[in-house]
Amino acid sequence: MNEEAKREGVHLEARGFSVFYGAHEAVCKVDVSVPCGLVTAIIGPSGCGKSTFLRAINRMNDLIPGCRAAGELLFDGQNVYGPEVDAAVLRRRVGMVFQKPNPFPKSIYDNVAYGPRLHDRCKRGELDAIVEESLVNAALWDEVKDRLHMNALGLSGGQAQRLCLARALAVKPEILLMDEPTSALDPKATARIEELIVQLRGRYTIAIVTHNMQQAARVSDRTAFFYEGNLVEFDATETLFTRPREKQTEDYITGRFG
Amino acid sequence: MRLKLRKLMDHALTAGGYLAIGGMALFLLWVLVPVFTKGFGAYVFRGTVEHRRMMLGEFNRGDLARLRAELAEVWRAREPVYRAVAAFERELDAMPAARRKALRSAFREVREGVAVLLGPEPGVPLPALTRRLYGQTRWEQAREKAADILFEETWEYSDAGSRRVLVPRAEQFEGTALAPVFDSVERDLAAMMRPRLTVYPRFLTDRSIDAHFFGGIGPEVLGTLYLSLGAMLVAVPLGIVAAVYFQEYAKEGPSVAFLRSCVNTLAGVPSVVFGLFGLAFFINTLRVSPGKSVLAGALTLALLVLPTVIRASEEAIAAVPRAFKEGAMALGAGRFRTVATVILPAALPGILTGIVISMGRAAGETAPIIFTAAVSVGQMVKPSEVLSQPTPALSWNLYNLCTEHEAVEELRHVQFGMAATLVLIVLALNLAAILLRARVARRLKG
Repeated sequence: MNEEAKREGVHLEARGFSVFYGAHEAVCKVDVSVPCGLVTAIIGPSGCGKSTFLRAINRMNDLIPGCRAAGELLFDGQNVYGPEVDAAVLRRRVGMVFQKPNPFPKSIYDNVAYGPRLHDRCKRGELDAIVEESLVNAALWDEVKDRLHMNALGLSGGQAQRLCLARALAVKPEILLMDEPTSALDPKATARIEELIVQLRGRYTIAIVTHNMQQAARVSDRTAFFYEGNLVEFDATETLFTRPREKQTEDYITGRFG
Repeated sequence: MRLKLRKLMDHALTAGGYLAIGGMALFLLWVLVPVFTKGFGAYVFRGTVEHRRMMLGEFNRGDLARLRAELAEVWRAREPVYRAVAAFERELDAMPAARRKALRSAFREVREGVAVLLGPEPGVPLPALTRRLYGQTRWEQAREKAADILFEETWEYSDAGSRRVLVPRAEQFEGTALAPVFDSVERDLAAMMRPRLTVYPRFLTDRSIDAHFFGGIGPEVLGTLYLSLGAMLVAVPLGIVAAVYFQEYAKEGPSVAFLRSCVNTLAGVPSVVFGLFGLAFFINTLRVSPGKSVLAGALTLALLVLPTVIRASEEAIAAVPRAFKEGAMALGAGRFRTVATVILPAALPGILTGIVISMGRAAGETAPIIFTAAVSVGQMVKPSEVLSQPTPALSWNLYNLCTEHEAVEELRHVQFGMAATLVLIVLALNLAAILLRARVARRLKG
């Protein structure tokens, strides 16, 4: 680990962390430190465990029967899988944007207000403010401000994904997980999301799983390379892409496999 | 060669599909067209003056002055009949014993026939039964009754079998004082009855009079609505909760597999068994009511449709994209909130369809309510009485009216009217399901 990470503080740390699907070990004894306020990209070929690792952070894997975790995953120094942790409370602090945009079949307003309504009894005015702020932060406000009460399923793919981002931001999370957020989008919509990630950098700790190595290089400060469940290399993005220490990393980023 | 065979198989499959669907449609038409055309006759028919007299007498509907005028008109046509009957009675007394004996029973039949056709003879004490207070209220039945006066039904036996022969009574009574009766009935029937196209929409809501001889099917319609709505009131919450449990909470294991097979078995149990169970459990064991009641019937029907509601809801819930659930969970919603705010609303169209189809089924079921709720003759049940009172219902009373009523033949119009009404209620429910589904689905799609 280099000096910068230590200085900025570690927001999330995995220590010998593993995830199993039944007997199969999908993530093997991984050690990672996600620095506070920076963007950490997780790359690797399909099936390498990168998504599983990401979904382990907010315990979305709990929904999968037969899936369990071992080792330590510390979020602000507290073990995410500790017995006293309420997954619902944890997920409030760890927002997530999924691979495919998944707005609820409700109005745009209700989509963004869903999280705040779950957790607090906000007054109407406060809720309006939160919705507007989240949509502004997700760069969607100008496009939808006149049709907030239209059904969200009528949005385009890129807009829907930004709505999902706004929905996640409305809960005011500390960490934002993004699971290949642009893989279902066209290049233009992808560029907008990437722009947003750069804008959000500093305000949120962001972990993004991506297939797209250029994307990782463009938006992230740190990059972790996963291969067959193992963390092969984890370093500053620039270092990893220009001077990889491991042969496997070099082979992957130069396109020799993957 | 193999390509040819494959094409042939394809065509055969298509043809088979068309055949099956076409056959079903044809069969449906074959059943429904008569039911609707004849059932329509309960609502729109040629009603006689007796119908209007009955309406005024029993339901206090109609214009008394106009009816009086009409009755005066009718009296002019009927008077010769009554006069001839009275004259013949005197003539009969004066006849030689042998001839008197020969004619007396035939005369009684004629006299009875006249009373049935036109209503009670003026001057005689009023009969006790309501059905005898009025003549024929429907024109086609009036014509049948007129034929009973005009002809004597006899049977001719031969080696080939028996044959019905209609012998005109006019021959038998030729030359007597009764002869004008046959002339009048044959010639002036329309003047005596004054048939008129009658629209009787309140057949749907009127109480029945004297076991369906007159009036409508209101108590039956009301009973059917009570029973099916009551059944839904119980089955829908239970069914949805069970479906949510199976889909969202239950961990696959032997106990859940057992519960599932219980639900499936429940769906396969014959409805008459549900009826017996309802009697044994709700009435005899739990004593929800002193005897048959709407409540006991609704509970039994609820059990009957429960598997359908559970399955439809389960399928609808399973069809909700996983992404919705994950999205809600990722925002920190617990399982209950996820179900209540995202999954159930998204599954609503499918659940609604299941509910309305089950309601149609509950409306049409007969066997379960025979034991638990249905009576053959009954008044309208008030909402306050549903917990303790039994009720007539379309399905059971249709059967009862067709098989156990004393005048099955004369009440065809009521039977078909009931059948058509029941089918219409079920069809309307299904139509409502389709519209509701489309509406909710549209709202969800945006």
